[in-house]
Amino acid sequence: MKLAVCINHVPDTAAKINISSDGKSYDRTGLSYIINPYDEFAVEECLRLKEKHGGEVIAISVGSDVHKETIRKALAMGVDKGILIKDDAIRDSFALARALADELKSLSTDAIFFGKQSVDYDNSAVGLMVAEMLGLPSVSVVVKLEINGDKALAEREIEGGHEIVEVKLPAVFTAQKGLNEPRYPSLKGIMSAKSKPIEEKHPSPTQPKVEVLSMNKPPAKAAGKIVGTDVHAVPELVRLLHEEAKVI
Amino acid sequence: MRFLAFAEQRENKFKKPAFEVIRAARTLADQTGGEVVALAIGSGVRSVAPTLGGHGAQKAVVVENPKLEFYSSTAYAKIVADVARQQQANVVLIPATAMGKDLAPRVAVRLDAGLGTDCTALRVEGSDIIATRPVFAGKALTDLRVNSSTKVFTLRPNVFTSGAGDEKPADVENVDISLTEQDFASAVREVRQAASKLDVAEADIIVSGGRGMKGPEHFRMIEELAEALGAAVGASRAVVDAGWRPHDEQVGQTGKTVSPSLYIAIGVSGAIQHLAGMSSSKYIVAINKDKDAPIFQIASYGVVGDAFEIVPALIAEVRKLLGKG
Ligand SMILES: Cc1cc2nc3c(=O)[nH]c(=O)nc-3n(C[C@H](O)[C@H](O)[C@H](O)COP(=O)(O)OP(=O)(O)OC[C@H]3O[C@@H](n4cnc5c(N)ncnc54)[C@H](O)[C@@H]3O)c2cc1C
Ligand SMILES: Nc1ncnc2c1ncn2[C@@H]1O[C@H](COP(=O)(O)O)[C@@H](O)[C@H]1O
Repeated sequence: MKLAVCINHVPDTAAKINISSDGKSYDRTGLSYIINPYDEFAVEECLRLKEKHGGEVIAISVGSDVHKETIRKALAMGVDKGILIKDDAIRDSFALARALADELKSLSTDAIFFGKQSVDYDNSAVGLMVAEMLGLPSVSVVVKLEINGDKALAEREIEGGHEIVEVKLPAVFTAQKGLNEPRYPSLKGIMSAKSKPIEEKHPSPTQPKVEVLSMNKPPAKAAGKIVGTDVHAVPELVRLLHEEAKVI
Repeated sequence: MRFLAFAEQRENKFKKPAFEVIRAARTLADQTGGEVVALAIGSGVRSVAPTLGGHGAQKAVVVENPKLEFYSSTAYAKIVADVARQQQANVVLIPATAMGKDLAPRVAVRLDAGLGTDCTALRVEGSDIIATRPVFAGKALTDLRVNSSTKVFTLRPNVFTSGAGDEKPADVENVDISLTEQDFASAVREVRQAASKLDVAEADIIVSGGRGMKGPEHFRMIEELAEALGAAVGASRAVVDAGWRPHDEQVGQTGKTVSPSLYIAIGVSGAIQHLAGMSSSKYIVAINKDKDAPIFQIASYGVVGDAFEIVPALIAEVRKLLGKG
């Protein structure tokens, strides 16, 4: 199987986000970056499929040179080859999907994996946009996947349950937590990642459709109050919830 | 401006977020002088479609087909895009639910439209709609404008109001969209609903337990409190990773983002990734034995103490108040 996985390089989830001086983006100084957590599940699933069915896994990221750090992480986990689509302009999901779809078209893969969501801008959009652009079926928020020949049976999470979706390959999948347990790169993996290729590509420019006008810190929540200590506080807590907050 | 609002239904019952997107469209239409068309897709939805009028839609377009009983990413996207064109809608509003999040990106591509996802506010400025949306799991907020002629927005559930007004029933228009086998390339075959389980993403009250609960067996207490309140059970990642609770209950940056009226966090420390998923709840109660736990900084009401003493007392007090025992 030839598999592709799209991965993003995002600020650590524990990072404090500060707004940069233009008031439209976040300040990158001092932030440490990680592979987008959902993309890690996507990478792991590709590696498992390769182990089972043989083939090749290619990781693709759109961004500046710093994204190579995240591509190397995927290579260290066992991905065969990386592609960096070099573009650091602020772009919306549509433009991002276009750049990925253009590249993926020429790769003719059996399946393309994404994370269900990138934990920077939280759009949950790129994977499905790529699927639509390439005219491929998709299953998003996948927690279980079985591939048999050219058929895939996927389970996706919905409110209070699951949906079972059957699609024919080639298809697009977006990974949710629970799909698998991502491996840690082995020392050998880390060493061999250094000699694996990362190809650089330059996308044709596209006009963004969404313009960010401003970015702000959310208004601070009013400091809460301690109702009391131990069981003695319970009647007062219930009274406040009932009479003051009126939520029960 | 003409608005198309996607009225999500399951088993021919509209979901609350369907009413929220229609009401949001109505509010914008009242300011810009436009019309609101609601779209219901399924098999057997026609009979309930007129009720969408009460929520602010002048017209309800119904697309029915036995094959549309279950959601299909590809077929639904084609229908929404085709109906948007037919109705000359400039703005398409879709709930940011499991279905809506899957659907909207495909609709946007088909309409060559920019997409603003998971918005928490929409306002009119001149001839534009400005959307506010949280990024970095709520650690920052952005205002954005979609510059394409057609615009698609998904709206976060539970944030917009949904009340029925005194509007008259919607005029129902049946629209036939021809669908081929290929249009059902991704289609749901089966829905497995956990028996009567209320999902954190849809609940108005959530009772969440963290590692402070010490073990899976003690979640019985959390479930009992949730039952007494008619609430959903939530969990921190620590307890999900430990296998104490299923991951569909996880709240936080890599779990679900929730905004209920009341969120009760018990034995949860309040790590930044947990807060990311629940800090927009209207009221937050924290029960923790460590008075310095970060969860107290965002709690509207905090109780310092041992959950194993406080929770049983709280269950009894709630039952007394709500007359269940
Ligand atoms: C990439 C990434 C993503 C993450 N995503 C998420 C996410 O989506 N959701 C999430 O929740 N976390 C997430 N985390 C994990 C997060 O950093 C914390 O580790 C986690 O939230 C801690 O869970 P907890 O509060 O249950 O446990 P702890 O931090 O161990 O807190 C337990 C609390 O219980 C209290 N306690 C102990 N005994 C009692 C008692 N008897 N009575 C009352 N209180 C008691 C303690 O004082 C303590 O405050 C993520 C981490 C990373 C790195
Ligand atoms: N810059 C990027 N490069 C490669 N893949 C990306 C990039 N941004 C997002 N993705 C992929 O698209 C998924 C969804 O991202 P988003 O729509 O931004 O939430 C992510 O989990 C990644 O798999």
